[in-house]
Amino acid sequence: MTAIGVLQLGLWATVLTLLAWPLGAYMARVYRGEAKVAARVLGPIERAVYRFAGVRADEDMSWRRYATALLAFNVGGLVLVYLLQRLQGALPGNPESLPAVAPPVAWNTAVSFASNTNWQAYGGETTMSQLVAALGLTVQNFVSAATGMAVLVALARGFARRRAHGIGSFWVDLTRSTLYVLLPLALVLAPLLVSQGVPQTTAGHHVAAMLDVTAAPDGDAPAQVIAVGPVASQVAIKQLGTNGGGYYNANSAHPLENPTPLSNFLEALAILLIPAATCIAFGRLVVARRQGVALLATMWLLFVPFVALTLWQEQRGNPALDAAGADQTATSAQAGGNMEGKEVRHGIAASALWATATTAASNGSVNSMHDSYTPLGGLGPLALIGLGEVAFGGVGSGLYGLMLFAIVAVFLAGLMVGRTPELLGKKIEVREMKMASWGLVVPHLATLAGLALACVTAEGVAAVANPGPHGFSEALYGFASAANNNGSAFAGLDAAGPFYATALGVCMFVGRYWVILPVLAIAGALARKQAVPPSAGTLPTDGPMFVALLAGTVVLIGALTLLPALALGPIAEHLLP
Amino acid sequence: MARGVLRAAAATLLALTVLCGVAYPVVVTATARLCFAWQADGSLIRARDGRVIGSAWVGQPFRARGYFWGRPSAVAGDARTSGGRNLGPRNPALIAAVTTRVAAMREADPAHRAPVPVDLVTASASGLDPDISPAAARYQAPRVAEARGLSVLQVEQLIDDHVEARVLGVLGEPRVNVLRLNLALDALGAGPR
Repeated sequence: MTAIGVLQLGLWATVLTLLAWPLGAYMARVYRGEAKVAARVLGPIERAVYRFAGVRADEDMSWRRYATALLAFNVGGLVLVYLLQRLQGALPGNPESLPAVAPPVAWNTAVSFASNTNWQAYGGETTMSQLVAALGLTVQNFVSAATGMAVLVALARGFARRRAHGIGSFWVDLTRSTLYVLLPLALVLAPLLVSQGVPQTTAGHHVAAMLDVTAAPDGDAPAQVIAVGPVASQVAIKQLGTNGGGYYNANSAHPLENPTPLSNFLEALAILLIPAATCIAFGRLVVARRQGVALLATMWLLFVPFVALTLWQEQRGNPALDAAGADQTATSAQAGGNMEGKEVRHGIAASALWATATTAASNGSVNSMHDSYTPLGGLGPLALIGLGEVAFGGVGSGLYGLMLFAIVAVFLAGLMVGRTPELLGKKIEVREMKMASWGLVVPHLATLAGLALACVTAEGVAAVANPGPHGFSEALYGFASAANNNGSAFAGLDAAGPFYATALGVCMFVGRYWVILPVLAIAGALARKQAVPPSAGTLPTDGPMFVALLAGTVVLIGALTLLPALALGPIAEHLLP
Repeated sequence: MARGVLRAAAATLLALTVLCGVAYPVVVTATARLCFAWQADGSLIRARDGRVIGSAWVGQPFRARGYFWGRPSAVAGDARTSGGRNLGPRNPALIAAVTTRVAAMREADPAHRAPVPVDLVTASASGLDPDISPAAARYQAPRVAEARGLSVLQVEQLIDDHVEARVLGVLGEPRVNVLRLNLALDALGAGPR
């Protein structure tokens, strides 16, 4: 790790924490309906949405009704995005006259954006019209993030309520997340990004005359076509909502999507801002503020070792390039290190930091190409995805995922001392354990089953781009990314074919909704319970011991399921002569 | 109940589509146009006669000996698309590509035997990286000076004038924008030979 790497990490973590604290406090007020100042401006719009939709703001839904509403809304969004892509050629807002998207890729993209994954089996600037990007993709960027936040709030109510039948209203949680949290933040971030050079226009492309006419490809006019469009508005929300789906194929590595070190800093902050703030908000919603801090500490504890690993390995560089005659030493005149697939303005530190943040957070946007990382440098992002996207994780989904681990952790602790486990004053019993196990096991199952299928089918094998263990890592990364709703890739994998487009679509769907349903079931079961007063035998869940226990549980379950696959991929690649 | 849920879902989706898919981008576009019109349009660099000759942020391919060369690109500098080569660290194709690029740098300037700065021989992530490291620019100074009939000192001075430092001394990396550097070279008067 270099000094500049430590400095950048430190500055970023400090600013992030300073912003997450007040944001989390504000979010807790929003969900309680106590954000009076914001409600003066946004209240009328909020009430108009409820009136238009014909829902009552004070409805208290059972967990089944909450889940039904959530699924109906998400499937509706999925169908809309699918239809928009299929009808693209006949719709307006298409200055480049792009044709309809093929069915497997359209299905993949629809699931991908509805499930907050934003895996992209297509190149943005060459596939989606401006209309589809705005009405389909940008909207899902907001509402898929809001869905995750709603589920977390419902779970918080499950812990906070006593002998209650309901866990709140999905429509209210969804609308408030969008209107009070995501939209204002995006409205601040997007213009800041434009100030740095991210385009925001409804025009199509520009054609530039090239300075060096001899450098034009043979037979082509010496001109460079520069793709622009409504980029900043999409980039702001794809970063904030842990979506990650870029306007351009190269995502935030594209100089127009992320032109300067400052734009990079803002976008990297946005990756973890809401996931960190949800910890603070959750602590306040369950009336145990220290619990929120302990959860945030657990996330940092899981995250930092992987940043350190990736930074160190990438800065060490690729020995094979030294032998080929490249100079990889870090000096004041160059970042050095493994620069294949990285941009000069980001260098090693900002690339490694982003790669681990985006995989810790189920964001999935990239500012460098993970496929070209050194074996152990690439292990960092892959492992953070494989842990289940809970070291920060997606907005809402990261923390409700971590709470599933917390249920398992108190259960393990309960076994050790022979007591019924408790969490936040609620007894953890058979139903909660069953549901937590479902939520934890199913994404891993989807990852490994999909990977196994890819390894034994001709199309699955043919789509990998690199020979040897690295090719296996590409497929492993793809399925882990889909099943844990991350969306980043070892992008050499050709995922646009029918096999990967369909299989990864199934993984994304399963990995999203088969976690949400158990979480809502747990919320419903917890809400019905009476609180148990803490006694001398109660394990405090807001101290360092619990933080260590929880982080240990996450690592243990991740290692048990994924170590064999990691050994075949990056570890084998590292050890090969 | 089922019909009620479906109606609420469809109506909420429609309402949020209008808010997030129409109102939000329109407000951002209007703000951008008002406050940052040049950036919003793609940060275009124009010649005196108004012709667009590039974007400040999009790397352009250069091949002539009298221009500084940018980074290798997986998309050959074609900004209609973007992306990296995605070669793994031990892929023989990566080693071969780097070896070829090192050889090309040496062929262009046979007197120069030092190892080549890594960013000059590795493909960028976007294929459109507008920058090279100051080390990569200085490495090319003797070739550019010779091709233009300038002194190496003159060219190195020009490079130093175009080095952008880290923001606040912390963020990003020192870098040189290749298109701007080459425009400044042309402005010196001595055209590439």
